[in-house]
Amino acid sequence: MTADTTFHHGDPATGVPIVEMRNIEKHFGNVIALAGVSFDIRPGECHCLLGDNGAGKSTFIKTMSGVHKPTKGEILFEGRPMSFASPRDAMEAGIATVFQDLAMIPLMSVTRNFFMGREPKKGKGLFARMDLGAANEICVEEMRKMGINLRGPDQAVGTLSGGERQTVAIARAVYFGAKVLILDEPTSALGVRQTSNVLATIDRVRKQGVGVVFISHNVRHALAVGDRFTVLNRGKTLGTATRGEITPEALQDLMAGGQELAQLEGSLEGTI
Amino acid sequence: MPADAAMAMDERVKTEPFLARLMKRPELGAIGGVILVTIFFLATADSSMFTLSGIMNFLTPAAQLGILGIAAAMLMIGGEFDLSIGSMVAFAGMIFGVLTVNLGLPLILSIPATFVFAALVGAVNGLIVIRSGLPSFIVTLAGLFILRGASLVGLKLFTGGSTQLRGVREAVEGDMLTPLFSGDAFGFFFTWLADIGLIEKFRSGTPKVPGIPVEILWFVLVALVATYVLLRTARGNWIFAAGGDRNAASNSGVPVDKVKIALFMATACAAALVAIITVIDSGSTDARRGFMKEFEAIITAVIGGCLLTGGYGSAIGAFFGAIIFGMVTIGLTYTSFDQDWFQVFLGGMLLIAVLFNNAIRKRVTGER
Repeated sequence: MTADTTFHHGDPATGVPIVEMRNIEKHFGNVIALAGVSFDIRPGECHCLLGDNGAGKSTFIKTMSGVHKPTKGEILFEGRPMSFASPRDAMEAGIATVFQDLAMIPLMSVTRNFFMGREPKKGKGLFARMDLGAANEICVEEMRKMGINLRGPDQAVGTLSGGERQTVAIARAVYFGAKVLILDEPTSALGVRQTSNVLATIDRVRKQGVGVVFISHNVRHALAVGDRFTVLNRGKTLGTATRGEITPEALQDLMAGGQELAQLEGSLEGTI
Repeated sequence: MPADAAMAMDERVKTEPFLARLMKRPELGAIGGVILVTIFFLATADSSMFTLSGIMNFLTPAAQLGILGIAAAMLMIGGEFDLSIGSMVAFAGMIFGVLTVNLGLPLILSIPATFVFAALVGAVNGLIVIRSGLPSFIVTLAGLFILRGASLVGLKLFTGGSTQLRGVREAVEGDMLTPLFSGDAFGFFFTWLADIGLIEKFRSGTPKVPGIPVEILWFVLVALVATYVLLRTARGNWIFAAGGDRNAASNSGVPVDKVKIALFMATACAAALVAIITVIDSGSTDARRGFMKEFEAIITAVIGGCLLTGGYGSAIGAFFGAIIFGMVTIGLTYTSFDQDWFQVFLGGMLLIAVLFNNAIRKRVTGER
């Protein structure tokens, strides 16, 4: 049992992985973006995928979320081989991705964004209408669970802070039954406070039994919430470490491919 | 609800005054505009403007424009423009005239056929915009000329050289559907009101205002349906989403292309409705029908609070925008001003509306 910290409470259930990706390769023409990456995610676990720019993180999560088809390798979903034809397929299976643009519309209210494309309905035939009452209630309640008190369900998303928007996107994915939640650099553009809000949200979601794939290049953010850490470099996995087994320095070194950063660090006198 | 209590605790949020909440509604500007214009004409116009017959007088053109304006507003909220609606009125009028006069079809066939034709043209417009990814502005500008030209050529072809097709009134006389599209409604009620002396009547005893012109009822109906669809249905949510950010919308599973094509079809059908009403009313159709209406419809929508960039606006706003339009057009004849001030007035309104909408948008999105 690892000790509880601010953003990490309790150990994940050790179960069958929800998604298991084996030796995934992805080539774009003559460019090898992924050269054999293996990765898995279990329920209630936060698995961090770390890597510097160009390491293949984006390609990898796009493969996982159904945007790209792998050139080689296999994807197992709940133990069965699976091939997603589109992001929609992956979404329906329970793999939700929160991309950096968040798929939110600033001019629309939080509720309307929350249910965009999946509106609750009441009435039949010609009189089928959006159940705004229920939608508003669910939205306020879900946001409250995530620790955000909305001014009102009709508050425009544009008036929320970056961290709050991130949380709306996460809450939305979880509410619509995500088993695996892929977060693409959710903290990269946020301030300190907002980052801690998002990290707390990740911890909350994880405890509900959702598998969280947390993509980041910030070691400290990853160590705060992660259970396992996989480092990607030049399209390959450099290894996976478990919580408590690795120091921030070691992770940082792995990410940068070891040596170069050690030299760089020397010249910067340990500031990174 | 516990959420209410929690909300009340957030110390950073000031309670919003009623006025500030009102400020966030897109139609506020249009309603304010109606009030201002009313005050202006109350002060300057002959008092007969605001009698029952005066009001019907300015509501009738407002209604015809408003039906187009509301459709244009929905399309604009969905993120697209249609500059071909004015020409579409002429084109649909021609189709309708040919079907009723040349082919002698009863209204129960010719009206649906006209709508189907219009919807097809709308769908073509939409498909070109979606498939090519070009701005709808330029695609429908082509439509503006093509449809206007086609109406001219077509009318000459069907009438043997004239750009006007007459004889619609004779053709539709006695048709059971005619009262739905022309004349006045609730005549019995107005007769009764006149009998008990509540409204003015002629010496013969018939009321001066024989009823509500049906286009006003259509106008109200269109406004109500559009508002309901926009604010209370899932489709409405899709329209806002498609106009707000098409990528975000389609990533969330909104069928953006279908929504936009349906909006183009609805806009063309609104033009067809106006065509049918005005053609039956005047008994003839000509190629100049609906001239410049595309710009007036867009102005109506913008005065009604629609953002040119899409994703924001209201049908009720366009409803009031059209009423402002009608009041200004007709109202100036009741005053001692030169009527040609009309366009200056209109341009001014448009400019104020755009500035106002821009400020509102910043408020809503919290842009600083």
